[in-house]
Amino acid sequence: MNPETLSGDTVIDAVSAVFLVVGALMSLAAAVGLLRFPDLMTRMHAATKPQVLGLFLLLSALGLQMRTWWVWPVLVVAWIFQLLTVPVSAHMVGRAGYRTKHLHPELLSTDELEAVVQQAAGTRGFTDDDEVTDRR
Amino acid sequence: MMQLVLTVTAVVLSLAAGGAIIRIARGPSLLDRVLAADVLLAILGAALCIDMAVNRHLNNLMLLVAVSLIGFVGSVTVARFVADRREKPRES
Amino acid sequence: MSRKRISLRQELPLLVWLVVVWGALWRDFSPGNLLFGALIAVVVARLFYLPPVELGGRFNVLRAVPFALMFLAKVVAASFQVLYLAAAKGPKVVSAVIAVPLRSHSDLLVTATGHVTALIPGSLVVEVDRSTSTLYIHGINVRNADDAAQLRKDVRDTEAGLIRIMGTKAELSALNQEVGA
Repeated sequence: MNPETLSGDTVIDAVSAVFLVVGALMSLAAAVGLLRFPDLMTRMHAATKPQVLGLFLLLSALGLQMRTWWVWPVLVVAWIFQLLTVPVSAHMVGRAGYRTKHLHPELLSTDELEAVVQQAAGTRGFTDDDEVTDRR
Repeated sequence: MMQLVLTVTAVVLSLAAGGAIIRIARGPSLLDRVLAADVLLAILGAALCIDMAVNRHLNNLMLLVAVSLIGFVGSVTVARFVADRREKPRES
Repeated sequence: MSRKRISLRQELPLLVWLVVVWGALWRDFSPGNLLFGALIAVVVARLFYLPPVELGGRFNVLRAVPFALMFLAKVVAASFQVLYLAAAKGPKVVSAVIAVPLRSHSDLLVTATGHVTALIPGSLVVEVDRSTSTLYIHGINVRNADDAAQLRKDVRDTEAGLIRIMGTKAELSALNQEVGA
């Protein structure tokens, strides 16, 4: 890249190229986390967070490459949909995982939910009812 | 430059997809597998997005949204199913 | 049907969002298309009635913009933190489940705090207790009581930011008193 050709287009191309590569790396980060973390909860951290940033970077690169303003609202809507859905699905999976005891207690430094669960189970006469809150 | 980006991202995404598939195969529980399948869908979405950015078209945009919504619905459904199945034996 | 009528003002954010989605899906923001979208939005909001979200009745844009930027920065930090932990700590990472009592009892704020918490570094909502509005949060890389206290403070700060943006006046004055005291 010599200075003569360093116009706005090349800058935009370079920025979007960087975004694309980093966005792809975020997917790799999710996969590495999935493979290396010990239990379901920590794997959920790996699965949710890089996804959001990765999609943000990729959509930004797409918006930069298209160079028209009307794609931006579509991209923003797509990203907001993801922002709204990812925490919900992570919460549902996490809750089911906690209830079915898919975690290793020796990897937790404190567990303040367990006492509440025990108490709720005791008062309701169930042995293993993890449902502390809304009974849907 | 775009060709280089395409190559690099293809390699990275293939590695990521391989990792997710290993987790699907090995995953000790159903929830692990669902989570990994979700990540695999996200990687598919990322691949669609990169294709659009490199080739400068928008044909896959709605497919991208649909894929992320399917991932959401799928993991929520399975999460509820897992929670419900655990409660069944206690009632009997 | 004896449902409580909701005022247009309360419904307005939903309608605007629906019109934006409509325009975005058609990729056409001409006035005619937006008007037609608004018509469909009103019909949809009437036909498929949902319980109204109880908004606080105020929205502070000046506070919202820095919060959004901060949120974006935290999402970036979260991803790199997960990458670092996955690469460096791997199977030896220690985490914790901690209870965080929130100030607000409005469903909207508890939901918003839960969403933001799930996306910022090292925290994930496991369980929500609606009656006491307590979030049970799984924090990654929480090794001791200090880390847990820090995480709890972070979540409560997030909630404070959200209250400043769209909490009710009562919640805002309670928050200001707490900060002042």
